[in-house]
Amino acid sequence: MLHHTVLRVVAKLLVPVILLFAFYVQFHGDYSPGGGFQAGVIFAAGIILYALIFGLDDTMQAVPPGVLKILSASGVLLYAGVGIETLLLGGNYLDYDFLAHEPTHGQHLGIFLVELGVGVTVASTMLLLYYAFAGREQGQ
Amino acid sequence: MNLDSVIDILLLAFMAVIAIAIVRIRDLFGIAMLFSIFSLLSAGVFTVMDAADVAFTEAAVGAGISTILMLATLTRTARKEKPSNSKNPAVALIVVFVTGALLVFGTSDLPRFGDPQAPVHQHVAPRYIEESPKEIGIPNMVTSVLASYRGYDTLGETTVIFTAGIAVMALLGMRRSRRREDDEEID
Repeated sequence: MLHHTVLRVVAKLLVPVILLFAFYVQFHGDYSPGGGFQAGVIFAAGIILYALIFGLDDTMQAVPPGVLKILSASGVLLYAGVGIETLLLGGNYLDYDFLAHEPTHGQHLGIFLVELGVGVTVASTMLLLYYAFAGREQGQ
Repeated sequence: MNLDSVIDILLLAFMAVIAIAIVRIRDLFGIAMLFSIFSLLSAGVFTVMDAADVAFTEAAVGAGISTILMLATLTRTARKEKPSNSKNPAVALIVVFVTGALLVFGTSDLPRFGDPQAPVHQHVAPRYIEESPKEIGIPNMVTSVLASYRGYDTLGETTVIFTAGIAVMALLGMRRSRRREDDEEID
């Protein structure tokens, strides 16, 4: 895929915007439609667009599968960890009221962390799925 | 007829045409692209119904990622669907018609769209609408429900995605990373 000049230029312009939009959807999910799930999918889609045009090998060097495996587990761990933290602070599991002095502040913090966990897991798992499917296509 | 229903009818008509096209054609690449368009149209329907979060998810997942995954799978399989060799297409047609008729019959009992007296709007929804600005303090109620009131469910969904990733990796593996190739060359 070396000669698609238009595709390469457009992708180079678009990929950063897509990744930035993913972060916007992630962290603005409290105020507008969106949240961790959508943001993770958009982030993965941006990187997959890069992989489609610039090749899987370069993408795997930039975003190594080993790191993705760790991230994919740590997102779930972050989510479950917030629950454990609220247990330790004296509340019920995933009862964010106890995360801060003010219940609504606790809810803000809890939702932020939980959505971050969802986003990290979704983005890295989608990328791992793509790597697993697309990686087998070459020469096997 | 107001504009909303015109858009609804247009979108649903397009969806029906695409569904029939998906059944008729044998080119799997074309089918994958039509599935993507189908998802995008249903995202449009959700937008008309003011379900912005659902539309967002449908557009990103249905039209985006799952199309790419289907195309990636297609590179591993045949490009054309085999002609079906079912001996009795009439039976299949009857089953489809009976199921469809039952579903249409079922909708006759549903409350009208947006009816405030519908059971689904009488159960926990009023409490979320009235209390969540005080309890959670977040303008987007969908996020409040998903991440806080229904936090267990979202934890479960995240675990499902994680488990699916593990399952795919256990089945397909990660063989083609560059480091492995270099190792093979050295060997």
